[in-house]
Amino acid sequence: MKKTSDLSELQAIARTVRRDIIEMIGAAKSGHPGGSLSAVEILVTLYFDVLQHDPANPGWPQRDRFILSKGHAAPVLYSVMAEAGYTPKDQLNTLRRIGSIYQGHPDRRFIPALETSTGSLGVGLSVGLGMAEAARLDKSPSRTYVVLGDGEIQEGQIWEAAMYAGFHKIDNICAILDNNRIQLDGWVKDIMGLDPLPEKWASFGWHVIEVDGHDIVALQAAFAEAAATKGKPTILIANTVKGKGVSFMEDNPKYHGVAPTKEEVELALKEIG
Amino acid sequence: MAARYELKMGAATREAFGKALVALGRADENVVVCDADLSKSTFTHLFGKEFPNRFFSCGIAEANMVSIGAGLAASGKIAFVASFSAFVLNKGFEQLRVNVAYSGAPLKVVGTHSGISIGEDGPSQMSVEDLSLACSLAGFTVLSPADEVSMFALVKAAAYHPGPVFIRAGRVKAPVIYGPEQEFVIGKGIQLTEGNDLTFISTGLLVAECLRAAEALAAEGIAARVIDLHTIRPLDRELIARAAAETGCLVVAEEHLVDSGLGVRVAQVVSETYPCVMEFHGIQNTYAESGLPEEVMEKYKMTAKDIVVTARKALARKKA
Repeated sequence: MKKTSDLSELQAIARTVRRDIIEMIGAAKSGHPGGSLSAVEILVTLYFDVLQHDPANPGWPQRDRFILSKGHAAPVLYSVMAEAGYTPKDQLNTLRRIGSIYQGHPDRRFIPALETSTGSLGVGLSVGLGMAEAARLDKSPSRTYVVLGDGEIQEGQIWEAAMYAGFHKIDNICAILDNNRIQLDGWVKDIMGLDPLPEKWASFGWHVIEVDGHDIVALQAAFAEAAATKGKPTILIANTVKGKGVSFMEDNPKYHGVAPTKEEVELALKEIG
Repeated sequence: MAARYELKMGAATREAFGKALVALGRADENVVVCDADLSKSTFTHLFGKEFPNRFFSCGIAEANMVSIGAGLAASGKIAFVASFSAFVLNKGFEQLRVNVAYSGAPLKVVGTHSGISIGEDGPSQMSVEDLSLACSLAGFTVLSPADEVSMFALVKAAAYHPGPVFIRAGRVKAPVIYGPEQEFVIGKGIQLTEGNDLTFISTGLLVAECLRAAEALAAEGIAARVIDLHTIRPLDRELIARAAAETGCLVVAEEHLVDSGLGVRVAQVVSETYPCVMEFHGIQNTYAESGLPEEVMEKYKMTAKDIVVTARKALARKKA
């Protein structure tokens, strides 16, 4: 896998990942396009620039850990992992089919390089804390990155984890909130509003960075700031657009969990380019 | 004739668990422990005092504790999490399912204050469904040691067992059944007495009550076999099948809801091997209440004399 900090290279990978997401979910005829598309730049920046990892040696003890706590965005993770060389790219379109390694939600029985299986919301940040604590104990440089959904943080355990990390000053963990403002039933603000979001995390002892979650340069700077922040956990509140990159999916709650039709797939691929 | 057991009072199994953790911690710096503000009750404070940097105090947040434990275990630590059974299993169940069982994290989960023998604190703290919950987690090994000797040995065995393990521990002092030379192997039950008239199969605190029940029956010339199943999953099928074949009459006794604990699991093995007369002695479809432990155990029929009553029913059916 070739790592890069180059913007145009990362943008090109992001475009490939967007195409994969549409094609995979289109082929599967079910899945979650909106929250996969909103997290593309976050995962691409992590996997191809920020993370210290080696797809040829996934068990490397000092690797950085990555957890997609919002497991329903599995397609973005699968595309990025395939692109990085962890898994076969030519099987991406077997998503959600019986026997496929690309299960409906990330399942480490099928992809051992996954740090944990996800899909049930609210638990991934705590698992990441266990990994971060293990790294601290071992004096390992390993950092742990956990991507959360904004709807997901309505789960109570998120705040148990937030309290623990702040109190114990776990500075080798970085949470990324994919703040796309839409959940399954509609707009987050109408279902269980999260405001004031930065203040909530800051009051739990976190260093909060607000960032445009589709601006790769801004994300790179935010991850660097997170790594340089000592004595506190960091959360990136990444402001994103659900369905980003496909006009008819953007900011449209319908595409939280509905697959595009054959015609919509073609339209979307044309738009992504 | 049945061997006589002195049944001198020993330590509570929770205390033996705490001491085993310390021994493990001294031998292996990879051992870590999490607790949720009950460390003085679960006896993990002994470990925490000696190895503060390997002890993670999670506050009153069991769900978070279980997931943190899963993360530690997934990173190669020999990780234990402990709380009362009622809390770690009920509040942590989703985490035990998704982060531990499904994700394959080899976490060791210890639930103390199991059953109704905790006494005064009452049903919110009692756990009458923990074996059922633990056995409904795919891939979990489930242990329920009867005394301090077996607890100490099985905690050590669990530490190096490759998969996730649940260990059931009790609050009150437990009679000592085993000598220091006894060997314990996960998945292998232990036959404590000989006898071909009936078999008592039990686990945890009620093993000692079954030994007393067997002694009472022996006075009438009835020879009862007593088996300690310290491993609830995987069950020792061979030992159960042999007891069914040789005695044709089984009484399963447990400090747990009778329709979802050890008994129904033993019945599955029996029906698949040597179907025979079976009776089930446990907590009926209810929660218990506050009181002195011995009062609660008596009121809810968890004593030897109650088990004898159930045994007579079984023997009458066998004769019929």
